[in-house]
Amino acid sequence: MIRRNPSLAIGAVLVALLTLAAIFGPLVMHTDPFAIDLSHVLAAPSRSHWFGCDSLGRDLLARLIRGARLSLGVSTMVVALSLAIGGLIGGAAALAGGWVDGLVMRGVDIIMAFPGFLLAIALAAILGPGMVDLVIALTAMGWTGYARLVRGEVLSLREREYIEGARALGARPARLLMRHLMPALAGPVAVQATFGIGGIIIAEAALSFLGLGARPPTPSWGNMLDAGRAFILVAPHLTTAPGIAIGLSVLGFNLLGDGLAQFIGHRR
Amino acid sequence: MTRQFLRRLAALLPVALGVVTLTFALIHLVPGDPVSAMLGDYAAPADVAQMRHDLKLDLPLWKQYGGFLAALAHGDLGQSISQREPVALLIREHYPATLELAGAGLAVAIMIALPLGIIAGADAGGPGDIAAMGFAILGISVPHIYLGPLLMILFSLDLGWLPLTGRGGFAHLVLPAVTMGTALAAILARMLRQSLVRIGSADYIRTARSKGLSERAALLRHGLRNALTPVITLIGLEAGGLLTGSIVTEMIFSWPGLGRLLMTAINNRDYPLVQGCVLTFALSYVVVNLITDLFYRAVDPRIRLG
Repeated sequence: MIRRNPSLAIGAVLVALLTLAAIFGPLVMHTDPFAIDLSHVLAAPSRSHWFGCDSLGRDLLARLIRGARLSLGVSTMVVALSLAIGGLIGGAAALAGGWVDGLVMRGVDIIMAFPGFLLAIALAAILGPGMVDLVIALTAMGWTGYARLVRGEVLSLREREYIEGARALGARPARLLMRHLMPALAGPVAVQATFGIGGIIIAEAALSFLGLGARPPTPSWGNMLDAGRAFILVAPHLTTAPGIAIGLSVLGFNLLGDGLAQFIGHRR
Repeated sequence: MTRQFLRRLAALLPVALGVVTLTFALIHLVPGDPVSAMLGDYAAPADVAQMRHDLKLDLPLWKQYGGFLAALAHGDLGQSISQREPVALLIREHYPATLELAGAGLAVAIMIALPLGIIAGADAGGPGDIAAMGFAILGISVPHIYLGPLLMILFSLDLGWLPLTGRGGFAHLVLPAVTMGTALAAILARMLRQSLVRIGSADYIRTARSKGLSERAALLRHGLRNALTPVITLIGLEAGGLLTGSIVTEMIFSWPGLGRLLMTAINNRDYPLVQGCVLTFALSYVVVNLITDLFYRAVDPRIRLG
């Protein structure tokens, strides 16, 4: 497995580690990510503070772990929502066909003509700060891709013989969808969703970096990086630590996506 | 060719109108009242009424929309509230800096992607492939917001080779351009590799090989041109990422472009200016896609004739 598909193995390990850290990290680690300690301002990494402390003396590792929760939580939620909305709209358009399909996909085209991250910035700026608004802004950016993917897949699946066979035997649309279309869709959708989580992690970090996402003192990797920039000369670890956290997480999801695509490609 | 061009241009109109409409709708999504959001809670009612009138928010929605379109047709994007200057003027002042940065980012991306993709594609499965693609996946995973500061630490602070921030000569352009171009370079290199590998098994490559060319020469001399077409399409699709990547990059390097103008406008709740910047970014993306499409037709005669 590791030999044949190293991307899948390394990606899965990275993603598993991130997930474990996000879920159990705050439970295992008792350092308070919000505790200000002015005697440790900008402290370098040491045995008591493995990753050092920030400009208010807060423990960087505790904040990174809390940030992982936010990063992973927001990105999974956004991808799940985008997938649900995009899948429903794309799937419905494909099954309806005709002018409904044409109209819906024109709308999708127009939204896609808008650079995604710009849409997220504009919405986050207009809606104001807050987790719900952040999720809305990022979902608005993400759902169109899934709509296109699901529509394309459903259109091509509809012509397959086994689907036609099921239809000829009198299977209702709901059964057709659940028993025959969904399983065939799962593969390509899983690949795109895996890459999608990586993309949303970057977008969320960028929004928080620009001051449009999670607001301090809530630790997010993006706002930690932004806060660290002011001390780049004296304490570069403030930018390095969240930077590497984002990089490794995104790398994990990208490798996992590559590996999944390869895995599905072999099976087909 | 001219007819093709005109047809493409006509197909673009509904998309451009959609983008304009979406931008117009933005200001109406402001929760509560955009005017009190801009002026604060303690603004005098007379000022609120005046601004509502200035922004034409006191008109019915369809009149606002019509007025917005009519003004836009004259190149009028309204008045910036925080800077007390026409939005169109501010955008004209800041846009060249962003174009310069995006162009440089694209140049960096192509300069990295071509050799990387060719090395990987000509040596599929070999050590060159593994090294190049390993670098590519790293490039995709490192976010701008970390790569920028990292490059600053390395090349400005430690080595002192390049200026830290601001816009000036060529030296000022290098770090922001690399920050913007790296992720795109990685995406393009992966596409080029994939496309070279696919073409490697095509009949005309086999013919070239059978007449005595080495495998690599056959692929590069005959296959590269064809392998580049999907890469060009991808450049168009990723241009949106390049443009919006400039927002973050401009903030990191204090680059005086449209991205920074947009962020300043957002922080000042200067909605007309926000609207103008968003519209300029979005329409640029539409235009870039048109250019890519035309370029693509020029490179691949099958599309031109089809």
